[in-house]
Amino acid sequence: MNKDFDYKPLLLVPVLALAALPLIGSGSTWLTLTVAGLAMGMIVFIIASGLTLVFGLMDVLNFGHGVFIALGAFVATSVLGMMGDWTGSQELWRNLLAVLPAMVVAMLVAGAVGLAFERFIVRPVYGQHLKQILITMGGMIIGEELIKVIWGPLQIALPLPEGMRGAVLLGDAAVEKYRLIAVVVGLAVFAAQAWTLSRTKIGLLIRAGVQDREMVEAMGYRIRRLFVGVFVMGSALAGLGGVMWGLYQQNVVPQMGAQVNVLIFIVIIIGGLGSTAGALIGALLVGLMANYTGFLVPKVALFSNIALMVAILLWRPQGVYPVANR
Amino acid sequence: MSEMLLKLEGVHTHIGAYHILHGVDLQVPRGQLTLLLGRNGAGKTTTLRTIMGLWRASAGRITFDGQDITALHTPSIAALDIAYVPENMGIFADLTVKENMLLAARQARRAGEMDEVRLQWIFQLFPAVEKFWNHPAGKLSGGQKQMLAVSRAIVEPRRLLIVDEPSKGLAPVMVANMIAAFQQLKASGVTILLVEQNINFAKQLGDSVVVMDNGRVVHAGTMQALAGDEELQQSLLGLAL
Repeated sequence: MNKDFDYKPLLLVPVLALAALPLIGSGSTWLTLTVAGLAMGMIVFIIASGLTLVFGLMDVLNFGHGVFIALGAFVATSVLGMMGDWTGSQELWRNLLAVLPAMVVAMLVAGAVGLAFERFIVRPVYGQHLKQILITMGGMIIGEELIKVIWGPLQIALPLPEGMRGAVLLGDAAVEKYRLIAVVVGLAVFAAQAWTLSRTKIGLLIRAGVQDREMVEAMGYRIRRLFVGVFVMGSALAGLGGVMWGLYQQNVVPQMGAQVNVLIFIVIIIGGLGSTAGALIGALLVGLMANYTGFLVPKVALFSNIALMVAILLWRPQGVYPVANR
Repeated sequence: MSEMLLKLEGVHTHIGAYHILHGVDLQVPRGQLTLLLGRNGAGKTTTLRTIMGLWRASAGRITFDGQDITALHTPSIAALDIAYVPENMGIFADLTVKENMLLAARQARRAGEMDEVRLQWIFQLFPAVEKFWNHPAGKLSGGQKQMLAVSRAIVEPRRLLIVDEPSKGLAPVMVANMIAAFQQLKASGVTILLVEQNINFAKQLGDSVVVMDNGRVVHAGTMQALAGDEELQQSLLGLAL
């Protein structure tokens, strides 16, 4: 065990969960809300983890990240729509064989669009934050309009495959199956990212580039190529997150990316810009807070996450695990 | 093969609206240690950063081993086997010492692929690097970080080492270790361009000396000649060596 690791931020998640228990009162309701919060947090993490690296590595503020979420979700409606026999089956493995290709296609499409987005929208405004904000938001609006052209402007249903519906009983608590699946997928993405970032040279370069990209270049590595790779992977992960989010909500709308964007930025600010571990902590806190307050005081659900962010920034002004030297 | 490994001819550098270097002419002889001296703000660090392409020369020419590198980007310059240790050391604080070294070893994909013989030589030069091999680099002391920064620069054979103030902020015992390490590096035949303000450090290491002031080279010659001419030292540096 690494004695130099800062464990305090990790404690925030159980502390928040335990603090909510007496307020909620019922243990079974608390467990249901906690699993729902963790599932939502994991989906938000999948989406946010790429964005935090994009910012950390090249100091790029991409407010258009949400378009990849919506794109992934809409691609999933098309792919799953063609696999009605598989999604209608009661057998979970057949459902998974339908959802998996939908995820892969969504990631490929979002990644490819991300490549073009980086080349034509982000690259001309490197180093210019205000222009980045404006042009990436503009890019997201165009993306949303293109989604409306292809899939129409209305909400489209994205029902859960039959075998993923329903709940499992843990004591008195009913925990939806899909939420458990979302937690497993989120953990798998986190594990894959953690392995890549800590065990491969590409991962080391990304971590080093987030801290000091000039030094990485002075060592002979082309950071821009690395950045394009991270941007594409971040877009693909947003596409995957879009599929997960769409299935979580069971419907998709072209504006869904913009709606989720707010949560993502709260997450990466809480986590510390450039930190995937921080993004995980931030996402879990945001997911739990949204579910607890949604149950206890629904009117303050969004405000509660902003309040959470403010409280954490008062404690650690650069987020729980700051990496990028900005 | 040219006697001069690195040549700057009439190099000007602007940073934003500021004109920092005003036609710098500088030559680094192959196999020697060249010291770049001068007061704070003389343009020494800017010169090194311009050589590395971190700031662009607005005019003039930089050649390395006969190749014009003025317009090359930083990674292409580094790929010519030029290692750079910046003034702030450029340590990746969240990475371990081993990971910092692995990144500097461009040929190695994993720690086991680094040149073991060379690593042992580095461990002998800088024992702290071995001692804290698996520790986060950010937890090292200032002197240990400087040793790591120099170790990274020599983890693979390089044709030119460019080092910006390696003794800055170090305790006297650390400075003595650093001098011994650079003496060994010199003996290995590597060409070194060193910015230094510590005069004792400079005297013990320099073969040739270039003195800068106000973004210009105001003197170039041997260390021996400068060290023996107190009047020249006073006029160039405002102090005696």
